[in-house]
Amino acid sequence: MAKVPKPNELELEHGMPQTGWMDTPTIFRPGNFSYPGKAKNLKVVGLANPREWSPNDADWKLPADWKNILLEGLRERLDKYRTLKVYMDICVRCGACADKCHFYLGSGDPKNMPVLRAELLRSVYRKEFTLAGKIMGKMVGARDLTEDVVKEWFMYFFQCTECRRCSLFCPYGIDTAEFTIIGRELLNLIGCNIDWIAGPVANCYQTGNHLGIQPHAFKDMIDFFVDEIEAVNGIRIEPTFNRKGAEVLFVTPSGDVFADPGTYTLMGYLMLFHEIGLDYTWSTYASEGGNFGFFTSHEMMKRLNSKIYAEAKRLGVKYIIGGECGHMWRVINQYMDTVNGPADFLEVPKSSITGTTFHNAASTKMIHLVEFTADLIKNGKLKLDATRNDHLKVTYHDSCNTARGMGFLDEPRYVLNSVCNNFYEMPPNTIREQTFCCGSGSGLNNDEFMEMRMRGGLPRANAVRHVHEKFGVNALSCICAIDRAALPTLMNYWVPDVTVYGLHELVGNALVMEGETERTTDLRGEPLPGMEDSENEDI
Amino acid sequence: MGIKFSLAAVVGLILAAYIGVTGAGFYHFFGVTMPYLAIILFLGGVAYRVLNWGRSPVPFRIPTTAGQQKSLPWVKHAKYDNPSTKGQTFVRMALEVLLFRSLFRNTKFEAEEGHRLYYQQEKWLWLAALTFHYCFLVILLRHLRFFTLPVPSFVQGLDRLDGFFQVGLPGIYITDGLFVLAVTYLIIRRLVIPQVRYISLPQDYFPLFLLLAIATTGILTRYIYKVDLIKVKTLAMGLISFHPVVPAGIGTIFFIHFFLVCTLFAYFPFSKLMHAGGIFLSPTRNLPNDNRIRRHVNPWNYPVKVHTYAQYEDHFREKMVEAGLPVDKELEEAPSAPAE
Repeated sequence: MAKVPKPNELELEHGMPQTGWMDTPTIFRPGNFSYPGKAKNLKVVGLANPREWSPNDADWKLPADWKNILLEGLRERLDKYRTLKVYMDICVRCGACADKCHFYLGSGDPKNMPVLRAELLRSVYRKEFTLAGKIMGKMVGARDLTEDVVKEWFMYFFQCTECRRCSLFCPYGIDTAEFTIIGRELLNLIGCNIDWIAGPVANCYQTGNHLGIQPHAFKDMIDFFVDEIEAVNGIRIEPTFNRKGAEVLFVTPSGDVFADPGTYTLMGYLMLFHEIGLDYTWSTYASEGGNFGFFTSHEMMKRLNSKIYAEAKRLGVKYIIGGECGHMWRVINQYMDTVNGPADFLEVPKSSITGTTFHNAASTKMIHLVEFTADLIKNGKLKLDATRNDHLKVTYHDSCNTARGMGFLDEPRYVLNSVCNNFYEMPPNTIREQTFCCGSGSGLNNDEFMEMRMRGGLPRANAVRHVHEKFGVNALSCICAIDRAALPTLMNYWVPDVTVYGLHELVGNALVMEGETERTTDLRGEPLPGMEDSENEDI
Repeated sequence: MGIKFSLAAVVGLILAAYIGVTGAGFYHFFGVTMPYLAIILFLGGVAYRVLNWGRSPVPFRIPTTAGQQKSLPWVKHAKYDNPSTKGQTFVRMALEVLLFRSLFRNTKFEAEEGHRLYYQQEKWLWLAALTFHYCFLVILLRHLRFFTLPVPSFVQGLDRLDGFFQVGLPGIYITDGLFVLAVTYLIIRRLVIPQVRYISLPQDYFPLFLLLAIATTGILTRYIYKVDLIKVKTLAMGLISFHPVVPAGIGTIFFIHFFLVCTLFAYFPFSKLMHAGGIFLSPTRNLPNDNRIRRHVNPWNYPVKVHTYAQYEDHFREKMVEAGLPVDKELEEAPSAPAE
């Protein structure tokens, strides 16, 4: 594992190299790349060229006809995706995207400017698919596809989190995420992928979730949270699993089941559903809302996503609610109905508690838990005591996927303002549609990539530090499981006094439940404001 | 290298026209053949490019959402930054095409000691781009006076408006000045901003130098060398009525200007200038964000290998039964759990 430099040792320069980008070699060093996919994981889902290899090796053990595979793959995708085809041709290199990428801002590496990331692929396209490129070569920005180019692709398509901040500022809407998504798809054709994606994909395919939690263990873990909740407020919750005939199927990322602080968010879900008496079930088969297939290929995204509708159909539910997650919602909002629909066996979601019909999900039949909760609060169906979050000064991180792949901006803020009294926004250029990525999205949340993650997360941390210094913010809330896994590390590195919370954890703190015992602690067992003295009695 | 090459190319074009006309007397080639060739390449090229793009389907509806989605009735919807209907999308596109909405968001970063990052509004690129494009449009429209008889009133009006400031004779056009300023700014920023300079290719400098040369030669025809406009009109009307004649004594500077314009038209479809067409086909902008409301169909959607619930239950049945989880087939119905 790479030693991660301390913040004050981290060098950050935004000057340009002496050599042109085509002549600047790609150097793999500890901290700037992720470990390659293990053969056993690739085999589970039938991915190409399973083998043991390392990016540091001179020989990447590519298939003999790797070049042909890549070029044919590119040709096929140019014919299948208008995005790719148009975006190959229309960039004017105005540079508006250049300083919008968190990885460029945090690393200073020019190949992390979105325009250059796209040019890595465009240069090969020009050489192989345009007349000018064939004749004039480098003069028109064209170059041959060599093994060095493949290595460069591997480096920089796995140094992009597909967050689409660049696309927001591009005058033509060129979406670098499309280059990264399709670039990774191409790399997967010759077996160049990373294990932090390949592992979860294999797990999810076979076991139902990224973390490989088996059905009995999944139930055990949730039962553990049930005990935890009982310890906090004396309420015994009895969730059901794989239950046919439930009204609602609930799907959330397995990260919420597995690790803090997502687990507290999950406790919030359990409490909320219990309090309103929602007729819902968990599924151990569709126990993953997240979709690392999306970071592999469009096809793998479809294969993993298929479980959600399949399980909803098998259980005979009326509609689906999805928990707090970023890329899960990008997939649900932009792809699910197209790849695995139509969901004609489900009904248009209608909250049995408020009677509200969610017309905005008329076709997918899947709603976001936060819009469901916002509707509950708006209709006065929840008893909330926001003072229970008074020990927190909260800011809110928009996850890139829900912000720019959906436009899910005001619902979480509405809920947040209902469950806490101290809410402070970060500066306008760093939130809502202009939000900065956590730096660890799209499957890059691994330990060996830590230095780049801390660099990529700098713009986000920088904005948190601003409200921390200005308003004393000590809590960073979010609605994304990757954020909940990545941001604590990022905060610990750049702004150590800030703790990360899922939105429904704060809901769980504030929720006044029928028949609860006196609350003295929040869901983490921390004393509530004014209850500091009673801490000992509880234990 | 890219700068020198592009500059040399434009100078070469000017010399070619100069020598071709004054030295070789190729009046017919520069006055008739070139414009017809250019317009054929332009129209044919643009049509080919757009149709070729259009041949690739749009498998997924992936608009970049730049504001609040359509949600519950009481949540304020950002209709034009995150449209949910075709009408709203039309407005979004109009804002992009006519006002460069996305570029208007542009910011500039600054890094300070201690890993501190700051962002500020950066409207100069937007302003220069908008100025350049609109001036170009007005100048193109003004040139219609050479190709029409009688000259439509809106062209005359535009001419009067543009030449509002009567400085000397003939009057100065505002758009000429702004055009040169804007293009010069675009060249300078490309040279001065390190990031932009680093990403620039020869094909980024070439059109800028070409445009600057076109503007300069155009201005020269009007103010310095005073080309005979009646003769230019005769040439233009001849071209447009397919009875081309090249009147004698128009002046070399006109042929240089005309040749550069022809080059621009011929070059257009094979270059990044096609962004003008591409913006209309950009799926992150020209589609509503209504996937959850209306299903988007992917024409090449195909069945994939999935891990079914039945396979899953076969794999885990014993553990599920032991944990009290419901199963579709009891243990006795499915006696042995297969490995896969």
